Parts: sequence; structure tokens; C-alpha cells
Amino acid sequence: MTDATQHSGAYVRETLAEAREAPGRFFGPIAWMRQHLFGSVIDTLLTFLGVAIIAWLAWQVIDFAFLRAVWTGENGEVCRKEGAGACWPYVEAYWKQFVYGRYPIEERWRPTLVFALFAATLVPLAIPSVPYKRLNVFLFLVAFPVVSFFLLTGGVFGLVEVETTVWGGLLVTLIVALTGIVCSLPFGILLALGRRSKLPIIRILCIVFIEFWRGVPLITVLFMASNMLPLFMPAGMEVDKLLRALIGVALFTGAYLAETIRGGLQAIPKGQYEGAMALGLGYWQMMGLIVMPQALKMVIPGIVNSFISLFKDTTLVLIVSLFDLLGMIQASLADPIWISPVTGKTGYFVAAVTFWVFCFGMSRYSQWMERRLATGHKR
Amino acid sequence: MTKTMIVATFGVALAASVAGASAGTLDDVKAKGFIQCGVSQGLAGFSQPDSAGNWAGLDVDFCRSIAAAIFNDTSKVKFTPLSAKERFTALQSGEIDVLSRNTTWTMSRDTKQGKFAGVMYYDGQGFMVRKSLGITSAKQLGGASVCTNTGTTTELNLADWFRTQKLDYKVVSFEKSEEVVKAYDAGRCDVLTTDASGLYAERLKLTKPDEHIVLPEIISKEPLGPMVRQGDDAWFNVVKWTYFALLSAEEAGVTKANVDEMKAKSENPDIKRLLGKDGSFGTDIGLTNDWAYQIVKLMGNYGELFEKNVGETSPLKISRGINALWSKGGLQYAPPIR
Repeated sequence: MTDATQHSGAYVRETLAEAREAPGRFFGPIAWMRQHLFGSVIDTLLTFLGVAIIAWLAWQVIDFAFLRAVWTGENGEVCRKEGAGACWPYVEAYWKQFVYGRYPIEERWRPTLVFALFAATLVPLAIPSVPYKRLNVFLFLVAFPVVSFFLLTGGVFGLVEVETTVWGGLLVTLIVALTGIVCSLPFGILLALGRRSKLPIIRILCIVFIEFWRGVPLITVLFMASNMLPLFMPAGMEVDKLLRALIGVALFTGAYLAETIRGGLQAIPKGQYEGAMALGLGYWQMMGLIVMPQALKMVIPGIVNSFISLFKDTTLVLIVSLFDLLGMIQASLADPIWISPVTGKTGYFVAAVTFWVFCFGMSRYSQWMERRLATGHKR
Repeated sequence: MTKTMIVATFGVALAASVAGASAGTLDDVKAKGFIQCGVSQGLAGFSQPDSAGNWAGLDVDFCRSIAAAIFNDTSKVKFTPLSAKERFTALQSGEIDVLSRNTTWTMSRDTKQGKFAGVMYYDGQGFMVRKSLGITSAKQLGGASVCTNTGTTTELNLADWFRTQKLDYKVVSFEKSEEVVKAYDAGRCDVLTTDASGLYAERLKLTKPDEHIVLPEIISKEPLGPMVRQGDDAWFNVVKWTYFALLSAEEAGVTKANVDEMKAKSENPDIKRLLGKDGSFGTDIGLTNDWAYQIVKLMGNYGELFEKNVGETSPLKISRGINALWSKGGLQYAPPIR
């Protein structure tokens, strides 16, 4: 500064220099790559290693599922050759069973209709901008289950009765997961409140219940429900197997959710409770209007975590001989007509992709919901 | 008043349910109009769903044969797929009427869990080798490496057998059957061993199934058969004689195709008794006299069921071996109907 004033004017700029773009070293894709991918020798090596692994994996999948795949054929003979990839004709012959199980062919429009109703009620419910949420909730939580129940089991309105033993595939997976999710959430909320209750009997009952269900593995619960229960019950009395599994799964997940939600409740500052009480709100109003909305919002990741794990745990119903998607695929692998070195791999590939799509979908939706509801707390 | 009514209603309902449970299974089955049959969740050739969603296999066809004998209608069966763990509970609790689920007949099962009505398939541990080795008997396997599952009776049987034969061998064992098959296919061992019926299904998973053969030696006894509850002789008789009728029909040369002709023309007294033209053997066990005719007419004889599901005409291509009739060097033998 002092230098500039002492020297002669010829060296003094009168206008500001044009703003130039920052040098490519600091901005733009190349700079980003230099910074994040090739920052140092080790970074560069790791980048190449990572890319190589991803490319190799992708190549394996593409090679198996498309390039080497067998696309047409009447039976497993076409897939019994060296170097064959995915056996798609097997999936083509069986995909309806993967979806419906052994549901009678001429009655399959019923589960199809249930799938359609499910989508029709869930999608508008999941999109916040669609109006009539109250009606929608009623349709989804009351009308849809009742209608689906009668549609699927039949025996009324001239519908043929279809026993749950022939249900299977994706149908059973979705029924178990959805019933589990819908029933366990309110149940978990009540248990969480009960565990923090000031009434000792309720508190002890809730603690005993939660700790009991958290203490036994789901597979034990299902096994007990399907194998021990019939021995205890009077002869001739039978509770439907699917129903037993549904109750087991709902109670089990409910106990886990209760603990997740209790975590959220504990994170609510005392001032919120005191503020609500100062406003003259009763217990249920305080919980319903002030505490629960904040607590639930905070534990969305935990709740969805439980739901995703519930969705994957549905595969355990195979041990009580209910054929969910994976069970159906495994059963089909025993068909001697389609046995081949790649049939198993193809079946499991289909199962993996299907499960991934559902779980990833749930995960993305929950993250989006979290961002939408993020009104405070985040710093 | 209402209280006594409730008690009375409850009492009647309870009495009815107890009575319902204590009546014979045969009467129960006739009353409800179908047989509840326990099968496996998927075992190639024995019970597996086909791509149309129907159950197929040897164990499945046996239940259909019982339905043919009782109802003259093979569709009057409902199948309950069962895991190995829940099968006996299902039988004892009355959830199923007959357990036709590749269950090995052992003394403890036959005396405690239920009763075996026959042997649908004489299984046992066998060996598979590459044809290119030029081996025709397991006794030539000295020094071979053998692929098997870890910690199963298969491994113990293997050790016993090689010891009694005074042969050297090397065991290559894996946790899962898929790994065993893969290792064998990759040439890591010369021999693959498991139950013979399983060997034929595993063979289809190899890259070149035709280049492998199953050796004739069977080194363990695994008789697989249908099972019923204890203490219900009428039902036991029906299941047992359904099995014998299948065998007798094969022995007498009565097939699905010629059964009508046989019934009309045959003068053979055995066939006349079997098909209900002589005697009252059917009505004596609570069925109709043409029960065996219905079985053969609707399902076929034992040989036909075997060929259709697991034999040479099926993808499994299992040879009859010890499952041939006694008159053809096998073990399948039915007492006479008279």
C-alpha cells in the first residue's frame, strides 16, 4: 500500500482487473478428481483398486445375467451345458409361482387385484402433496386389509375358498411383512409408553413382555407357534399356520420397535413435557400432540431399520412350511425337469434382486421422509 | 340360565371335538372328503412342485394312490409341505393323516413316533465316479479321494465301509451339499458320496452329467416309507395295503393301460382277487371292492410310478436296483391278497 503511493502513476491500475475463472486446479471436474481421487499416491492406488473391483463385479453380473445367459428352452436340458449363465427359461416357467405360490391358477386374479389395491392405496398415501389423507389412511388401514382378507381367503360372495397353505411366493412375503409393519408400530408405541409409565403393574407387564420377546430368536418363536402350539391345544382345534406366523412376527417386531421408540422418547427434553402440562393437556393429548411426533421423527432411521430387517426375516417362515418368495424359489429348485448347474444360481439371483429392490426402496423413502421432516435438532 | 346354557354348549362342543378326534382316521378322512398328506418341501423325484404348481413325485403319487383307493378320485388329497423337524409333530397332532416324506424307517421312529406302512424306496449311501476312470465297482476305489458333507452319518458310514474293505481313501469334506458337488465337478476328488437318490439329482447339477456313473454298491440302509399314527389299525391297513396293491399289480403285470382288459378277461385268480372280482377284500378294510382297480386305473402300478418320477423316463434316470420286485432280484415284495 505504501509502496504504491510512492511510485509513479504509470504502474497504477485504474480499473479492477476482470474477474477470471479460478484455475482448473481448484474447481471443475478435473480438480474434483485430483482432490478426491488422485490426491496422493495411496489415494490413486485405492481409486484404481476400487474401480477395478466395481468393474469386475459389474462384469460378473452382466456376464452371468445377460451375456452367457440361456434365454429360451423347454426344460433344464438347455441350461446343462458348460459355461452357461443364468437360466432364464426356468424363471419364465416359474415366475408366476414366485409371485403367487401355489394359489389356484384360475383364481390368481384375486391376489393380482390385491396387489393393485395395495399400490392404489399406498402410493397416494406416500406422496405428501396428494389430498384426502384421512380418507386415504382409512382406506389403507381398514378397508384394504378387510377387502384383501375376503378376496384372498374367499368363501364369501361366491368366491372359491382358498386355503392359506397354497398361498406363497411374493404374496406371502408381502402379507407377512406388511401385517408385521402395520400391526407392530402401534403396538410398539403402546409398549414404549407402557414401559415409561408411572403405573407399576403396567410398567412391569411391558418390561416383562419386551424382554421376553427380545430374549428369544424369531426362529424359535415361529417354531414354537407352529410345532408346540398344536400339541398344547385340544385335539381338532387348529389355528391357521399363516395366522400363527403373522401374530408371532407382529409381537416380535413390536417388542423391538418399543425399544427403538423408547429411545426417541428419552431424547425429548423435559421442558417439552412440562410445557405441554402447563398448557393443560392430558396424558394422551400430551403424548399424541407434543411428544410422540417429535420422538417418532427422531427415530425414523431406527424404525425403518426394524422394518427392513422384518422384511428380510420373512424368509424364516419357511421353517414352518410357509413358502415365501425364497421358499418358493428353493422348492422349485428340486424340480428334476429344471435341475442344472446354474438353476440354483439363477433362482437365488432373482431372490436377491427382488429383496434388494424392496429394501432399497424402503430405505430411500425413509431418508427422503427424514429430510422432509427435519425441522430442528439438526445443526 | 344363560350360564348353564354356555356351560352346556361348551361341554357339547368339547365332547364333539373329542369324539371327532377319537374316531378312526379312515372315518375322519371319509367324512371330510380328502386326505391330508405330509410331504417334503422339495426333494427331486419324491415330492416337489412342478412349474404348473401341482405337486409331483413318488411320495406325492403314493398319497394320490390312497385317495384313489378311498375316493376313486386322485384329486382328493391336500398336501402339507413339512420340514424334517416338524414332520412327526404334524403326524401326532393330527394335522396330517399320513406322512409320505422320504422318512427313513428306524426302530425308534417305528416304535415311538408312528408306524411305517411300507418301503416306497430303498435308499442307501452310494458312490458316483467319472466314467473315464473305468471303475465298475466301489471295491476298486482303493486310494481314492472322496467328497462328502462334514459331520453327517454319510461320513461315518464311509469310514466304516472303507475300513471293513481294508481300502485306503482320502476324505475331502465340505459343509454344504452345493460345495461338495462343486468340488467334485471341479475334479478335486474322484468320488462323490451321499444317499443314492440324492446322487442322481446331484448328477444333473454337474456340467456334463452323462460322463458320471453311480456305482452299484450301496453301503447303508435307508428304507424310506409312509408313516401313520400308532393305534389306528383300520387306517394303517388302508395305507399299508395301498402300497401292497401297487406292488401286487406290478407283479401280476397289471398296468394303467391294461387294467380294464385284465379286469374283464383275466382268469388268473391272483388278478381276480386284486381287482375285486373275487372275495370281499376291499370292503373288509372299509373300502370298496374295486379299490385296487381304482389305484391302478388312476395312478398305475408301483413300477409305473417309479419310472415316471425317478426312473429311466424321468430326468433323474435312477435304475430300479434293489427297488425292483423280488422276482426280478430286488427287495420289493408284497404278501398275497387272499
